[in-house]
Amino acid sequence: MTSKKAYAIVDTAPAEPLSFDADLCIGCNACVDVCQVDIMIPNPKVGLPPIVLYPGECWYDGSCVDACPEPGAISLNSQAKDRVLFKRKHTGEDFYT
Amino acid sequence: MEWPYPVEWDRTTELSADVLVLGGGIAGCWAAIAAARHGADVVLVEKGATIRSGAGGSGCDHWESAATNPCSRITPEELTDAIVRSQGGYCNGISHYIECREGYDRLLDLEKMGGKIRDIDDEFRGADFRDEETKLLFAYDYLNRFTLRVWGTTFKPALHEECKRLGVRILDRTMATSLLSETRRSEAGRGSQGRGRLGGQTDGQPESRVVGATAVHARTGEFFVLGAKATILCMSRPSRLWLFSPELPGVSEFRPPQCNGDGHAMAWRAGAEFTMMEKSVQAEWSGTRSFPPYATGNTHNTWYACSMVDAEGREIPWADRDGNMVSAVSERYRPAPGQKLYLKGGCEPDLPSYEFQGPDILPVDELLAQGYKLPLYADLPSMPEHERRVIWGLMVGEEGKTKVPILQRYSAAGFDPDEDLLQSYGEGWRSAAFRPPERQLFGYPGGLMNDWRLRTNLEGLYAAGDQLFASNCHGHAATTGHYAGRHAANYARSAVSSKRDDGQIEAERSRIYSLVEGGSVLDWKEMNAAIAEVMQEHCGDTKSEELLDDGLTKLRELARHQATGLRVRNPHELVRSLEVLNVLTNAELVVHACLARRASAKHLHFMRSDFPGLDPPEWHKFVTVRLENETVVEGEMPLDYYGSLPEGYEANNEAYVGRESS
Repeated sequence: MTSKKAYAIVDTAPAEPLSFDADLCIGCNACVDVCQVDIMIPNPKVGLPPIVLYPGECWYDGSCVDACPEPGAISLNSQAKDRVLFKRKHTGEDFYT
Repeated sequence: MEWPYPVEWDRTTELSADVLVLGGGIAGCWAAIAAARHGADVVLVEKGATIRSGAGGSGCDHWESAATNPCSRITPEELTDAIVRSQGGYCNGISHYIECREGYDRLLDLEKMGGKIRDIDDEFRGADFRDEETKLLFAYDYLNRFTLRVWGTTFKPALHEECKRLGVRILDRTMATSLLSETRRSEAGRGSQGRGRLGGQTDGQPESRVVGATAVHARTGEFFVLGAKATILCMSRPSRLWLFSPELPGVSEFRPPQCNGDGHAMAWRAGAEFTMMEKSVQAEWSGTRSFPPYATGNTHNTWYACSMVDAEGREIPWADRDGNMVSAVSERYRPAPGQKLYLKGGCEPDLPSYEFQGPDILPVDELLAQGYKLPLYADLPSMPEHERRVIWGLMVGEEGKTKVPILQRYSAAGFDPDEDLLQSYGEGWRSAAFRPPERQLFGYPGGLMNDWRLRTNLEGLYAAGDQLFASNCHGHAATTGHYAGRHAANYARSAVSSKRDDGQIEAERSRIYSLVEGGSVLDWKEMNAAIAEVMQEHCGDTKSEELLDDGLTKLRELARHQATGLRVRNPHELVRSLEVLNVLTNAELVVHACLARRASAKHLHFMRSDFPGLDPPEWHKFVTVRLENETVVEGEMPLDYYGSLPEGYEANNEAYVGRESS
């Protein structure tokens, strides 16, 4: 048993898995509630986008995006190392995801 | 910043139930539903949020081995026999028979709950893989039709709703930490349920009965004491043992990072019996290196049987098991002449098996020898329209972790399945080349030993899904979950109440909260990386007694850090730290299992340099390990210990066969 206080300190990670559009986000925390890894916490300022406390733990399943009631308010980013090449078949032009 | 949730390190909540389900993924939800339907009062404990948690929470594109669906041309007996033989006998005949026999029952159940299992919108009317009468869609073998394509993003929310409707008490954001047990001396000659004691246990020894669990809340730090007549372990399988990236772990992991095998660790500490834990395969997916699953061009699973082209646009040839060219796309979905069936997807043998090998593109070295040029690309535009749309849109989209990160993201980047080729980055279904010591528990790995009721060697303790030995996919998790749920409920009906052991509870409370007090700077990630290094070095592709013994010493040295604590600044970090201690326990379990098999075994991908002879007949058996009074007890079971499949099943499921099955 302990009486120790608890703190929220944003962890650093080389990749930022999520982006928020503060104009679209209504701060409902549906994304916080659905995330099975629990990487976000509600913003102390009610109505603002959540804080990604543990970005390095993200599993990238996109459940947060799927649960968001305001399309575009939250986006799942790709890590740079995971971008895949695709080629337009008839022109040979290369693109990346 | 202050922690946003109430901090309740000093609070304890006590609950009791008939059936306690640990883990709220696919197996856990089905176990809770079945137990509740059988009249049990159920508590479900889930570390994440049940609505989407677990490896199958975000989706499932195909449901394997539903051999009783009305279009199947294969019986459950034939299919289970094929699966077991494709693994050289090192397989769980009981659990896979349950999967084959009850899979379609669960799909019909899901449909009633609101899950989508058939093409009710007629999107694929007229497709080769569609049955026009039932509107069911099939994958892989269109002749035998035992695996279904499904809309699995609809499943987990439906299961979650059904749990709530049935009154299951769901404890989300709660991590189970230990099993509570009571020990008594068994009466000589007393037969326990099912087929009796499992591998390592003998009459006259203390017999443990599991009577619940402890848990801790991942947001508040609150402690839970959960009493139960029956407990079902549904907490996935160990991961992060050989491979761990502290920097970028998540994106390419096949299973969620917090599905790390807590259930294995607590079962091991409680004396449960494991088998096949010595089996590990060369890694297939990991955030340390590979691309995300199903995100690159290939010909397997979700992408079966997509056409491929080489760097110069030449079509890559397909061949059947005899090396005969398979020229038409439609022929990739049929067994070879003279072949009864082939196994693909999650039940595809990872070692070559002529009997069950399906069509595939030629191996890369052969292609290079024939002048084909790398890289290869998936050529969706050349596929018949129904096949193109079922791969890109249904399979990629409904499979877990594909809807947002692949389908939506690639579409936003301009990827058009009618126009574009997608690059392939590895051979087979992999998208990276791993070194041999980089290993994973994949492809029917080890787990808890079970009897015909999916009970473990410990009375009151049942297991389902990936906690069972030789587990594989979504359908296996769902069916074994439901099966364990109803058997646990039946047991709970006649079980006597237990006496609570305050000493055990206090010891666990102390273990947990000493981590909070510790004040160490050692982060859980640092410890996990150290475990992975030890495992690659000492428990890699080639093992020996000396290597393994030294590995155990190093793991125990790491365990000493527990005494000084890990860095815990809030309940979230407490849970992560408890997890990594479970990873450490699981690493020790694997090493003990490797020490216990003193022979090399091909189908277990198990090589001992001190016992190099492959598969000596006297070792053609299950080797079991369990802990008793801190000592490892080895045991053994014949590979066919479960006897006749239909007889064993029917003898233990009279009520189900009579009333519930389809």
